[in-house]
Formats: sequence, C-alpha cells, structure tokens
Amino acid sequence: MPLRQQIVAVAIAISIFIIILELVRKRKLREEYSWLWLLTGTCLIVLTVWYELLLRITHLIGAVLPTSALFFFAIIFLMLVCIQFSIKISKLTDHVKDLTQEVAILKAANPSAGNSGPSDKG
Amino acid sequence: MASDTLVIIPAYNEERNISDLIHSIKQLYPSIDIAVIDDGSSDATARLAQGAGAWVLSHRFNMGYGVSLQTGYKYAVAKDYQCLVQIDGDGQHDPADIGALLAVVKDNGTDLVLGSRFLQQNDYRTSIFRLIGIHVFRVILKLLSGQEIKDVTTGFQAMNRKVLDVFVSDVFPYDYPDADVILLLSGLGYRIKEVPVLMHPNEEGKSMHRNPLNALYYIFKMILSMFLTKMRKY
Repeated sequence: MPLRQQIVAVAIAISIFIIILELVRKRKLREEYSWLWLLTGTCLIVLTVWYELLLRITHLIGAVLPTSALFFFAIIFLMLVCIQFSIKISKLTDHVKDLTQEVAILKAANPSAGNSGPSDKG
Repeated sequence: MASDTLVIIPAYNEERNISDLIHSIKQLYPSIDIAVIDDGSSDATARLAQGAGAWVLSHRFNMGYGVSLQTGYKYAVAKDYQCLVQIDGDGQHDPADIGALLAVVKDNGTDLVLGSRFLQQNDYRTSIFRLIGIHVFRVILKLLSGQEIKDVTTGFQAMNRKVLDVFVSDVFPYDYPDADVILLLSGLGYRIKEVPVLMHPNEEGKSMHRNPLNALYYIFKMILSMFLTKMRKY
C-alpha cells in the first residue's frame, strides 16, 4: 500500500476514534453504541498498518482486490450497526407503548392527575 | 366497580360518533361500564366521551389501534373485570349485538367470541382488496390451526378474563392484532367462536387500510406475524 494511502487511512481512523470518544465524553453518545464504531476504527488502523493481513483476508474471502475486501467489511459493519439500531428501536417502541398505557391508566385512576372519569351528565 | 363487564372503545378523532355510541350502549346495557381509549385525538373525542358517561383513558400520542386495545385490556385487568367487549368507535358495529357476544362468553364456556360480518346478510361493503386479504388470512389460519373462522379481522369481540391475561402480556401483537391473535389463542387451546353481527357502512369511509401502501404493509405483516406466531413457543 502506498505511503500516502496509509497516511490517509490512519488519519481517518484516528479522526473517527477522536470524534467517537469526544461524543461519549460529552454524553452525546452512550458507551453501548460507541463500541462498534471504535472497533471499526481499530480494524481500519490494523489493516492499514499491517497490509499483509489485508492481503490474506482478501485471499481468504476470495476477493481479487484489497479494496473489494475493505468495501465488503464496510458493508457488513453498516449492516451490524443497522441491526443494532433496529433492536434498540424495537425495545424503545415497547417502552414508549408501556409508559403511554401506564400514564393513561394512572390518570384514569387518579382524578387529580387529570380527570378521566365519567361526568355527571352521562 | 358495579359490573364485572367492561366495554372498551378505541377511538381516534371520533367526535361525530362517540357520544351516540356511548348513549346507545348505556341505554341498552345500563349496568355495564364503558371505557373509551382516546388515542391522542386532536378533536373533542375525550371530552364528549366523558360527558356521555364513559371512563376515558387518554394516550399522550397517537399510538395506533392495537396499543389502544391493549390499554383497555390492561385497564380491565387492573380493575378486575371478568369480561370485556371491544367495539369500534366509528359506529360501524351495532351495540345491540353486545348482548349476543357476552351471552356466549358468559354461558357457553367460550373464551373469545368474534362478531362476524359474514355469517348473515348485512349492509357491510368493503374493497375487493380487503376481501382478498381476509380470504388469504382465513386460509392461512385454517392451514396453521385447523380453526375455521369466517371473519378473521373483526374488531367486534368479547372475551373472558383468561384471554385478557394473555392480551396484557408481551405476546400481544399490538401493531395490527387480527388473525395472528386468533392463531395465538387457538395454539394455546382457548375456545373461539363466531357470532353473526350487523355491520353498518362507514359513512366517512375512514379506515387505517385506505392508503394502498398501508394495506400492502398490513397484508405482508399479518402473513409474517401468523407464521411467526406458529413458530414461537408460548
């Protein structure tokens, strides 16, 4: 791998690392969502520095070019991130549903929290 | 709580129908309690329902028909009701049929009673796509459970406490609870029966399946849900 490519790849990987760590430090990103991104950054650095490994992986998966192998793993990574988000969104949807239902039932049971009982007109 | 039976009415922007519906139910069945689940309506549904003499459970956001139903089930269990009838808030179901549904649940040892639109002649008209959908679900249900149900998507139902205990749990498919619920209960060994009911045409033509994309998603989701229900262990 040409030196210029290596420098660009390492610079991108380090930037990703710094951005993710900074987001976690500022509590804009939770630790549980940061690990997959940090893992990607690490992989990128390892594969850039250890080019022989990238060639071996390329050969192992039957790809012709190292760039194809990199794209292949990039797509797998994005799929994993999407699946992780889908699982989390499903859980959050369940939680929002449960909370909405509980609030509605509690308000019906407790008139001071917002009236819900039948009025005298009925 | 005077009665052991609760009628729940899931309602979203139903200010035109809700008062009349509640008054009709109260007139026909004065001892039955009524709860309206207002699913984040932007109109006067909640105020009118309360004014007509119903308990109102209000969702802060519009959560959908299935979530509204489950809110009603949870309320019924919390208040220890033994029977529940669900009826749509758009005026399509005839409150006079509530008695027939309840009679089967209370006297016949049936766990879930479905008010069927297809067991007798009535004014009910729907799109060809919906009829095809209902037929497909009917065939899949028969295939997967052996249960022969004519109206697998009816929203007019009565159930006992045993069914309520299942419906308040996480197994209830709250996005579109229809034929998959029947399959679930059938797999659990619950007794299900159909009773003929009247179905009035929806004057406003309002339905969650009017949008073709929604209808397509609904059919896809329901078929998937039915097969997954069969594959799961409960």
